[in-house]
Amino acid sequence: MATNPMHQFEVYRIGPEIVLGSVNFSFTNASLFMVLSAATILFLLFISTKKKLLIPTKMQLISEMSYTFVAKMINDTAGSKAKPFFPFIFTLFMFVLFCNMIGMLPYSFTVTSHIIITFILAAIIFIGVTILGFVKHGIRYLELFVPKGVPIVLLPLIVVIEIISYLSRPVSLSVRLFANMMAGHTMLKVFGGFVVSLGLLGGWLPLGFSVALTGLEILVAFLQAYVFAILTCIYLNDALNLHH
Amino acid sequence: MKNFCFALCIAMFVLVNRAFGSEAGMPQLNPEFWAAQIFWLLLTFTSLYLIIWKIFLPKITYNIETRKSKVVNDLHQAQKLKEDAEKKLVEYNKIIEDTKKEAKKIIEDERKKLDENIENKKQKFNDEIDKELAVIEREVKNLKKTSILNINKIATETSTDIVKQIIDAQVNQSNVAATVNDVVKRKIEKYI
Repeated sequence: MATNPMHQFEVYRIGPEIVLGSVNFSFTNASLFMVLSAATILFLLFISTKKKLLIPTKMQLISEMSYTFVAKMINDTAGSKAKPFFPFIFTLFMFVLFCNMIGMLPYSFTVTSHIIITFILAAIIFIGVTILGFVKHGIRYLELFVPKGVPIVLLPLIVVIEIISYLSRPVSLSVRLFANMMAGHTMLKVFGGFVVSLGLLGGWLPLGFSVALTGLEILVAFLQAYVFAILTCIYLNDALNLHH
Repeated sequence: MKNFCFALCIAMFVLVNRAFGSEAGMPQLNPEFWAAQIFWLLLTFTSLYLIIWKIFLPKITYNIETRKSKVVNDLHQAQKLKEDAEKKLVEYNKIIEDTKKEAKKIIEDERKKLDENIENKKQKFNDEIDKELAVIEREVKNLKKTSILNINKIATETSTDIVKQIIDAQVNQSNVAATVNDVVKRKIEKYI
């Protein structure tokens, strides 16, 4: 039933079934909300870049502030060398942010609450950054696993730890976003269920919790998008400027 | 706060899992639609990336850069205008200073000239007075001389007449004249 808090994460097919070979590419509710997020971003950007005024309007400020926000984030963490990757980080941040935020609407679907989505994003970043590192520095990119100033005795251990931590990057990046989103939405649903089941007499307390949690979840939605983008910047920084 | 919520969430999760049992599970781990999700994610994200990269970011960049350059230009121009104004002020002050100096000089020159003029006029005037005085003095001297001669004559004649009347005798004119001259010479100081 709808009171099952995990029910909101279920993916189902919308429209015709598209099967290529043995693989199912059907359009699902998750796809719908991805497209919706992208469309919202494009719509906002379209409206806010229509006028080009010297003194920006409020709409214009939306695009310009998000632009300067991401630009500053990249510049602070990865330096000026990361400028060519600005469009990617900007798109990534906006996509994750809007998926999170649209997920906050009642009866909507949270795209980023699915591990497969966040993992694919993280994997793209991980593979891209690794390729970039090897292209930029060649075999010297492996120096990333050998921190400076470590005693030789400890070196084998440190290198192993560094390699494990490097390889766990996509996992931690994807699980962080996915777990935060899923936990938040599950919690909201659970408290919502309590409001209904406790009725008019006892429902007020979980309702208050629900309201507070909604505020918290909006904060988390923004924060996780920011964290996702800034971690990408940090990985990018490792690849671009080998010794941090 | 966050930690508390997280703990609460996990507790809820466990509770809920137990309550719904096998029916629940995580739909995220059901691989049925994974391929579809990956496909649509790549499609959406790539098109979003391309559109933002090629269409919207250049617009925003252009707008921000234009504003920045406009502001920088305006500031630059303001700075230039300010410098010009300061230069003009210095020039203006210099002109005023120069003019003041000139005016002072003119006033001083005029005063000096005037003083000289007055001095000259005074000198001339004094000279003229001196000349006039000298002339008058000479005239007075002449007058004295002539008047003495005349007085001598009158005195001689008068004396001759007086002597004639008193003693009824003819007196030598030249004797009288000599006597009168003598007397006059002695007593002239008393009259003149």
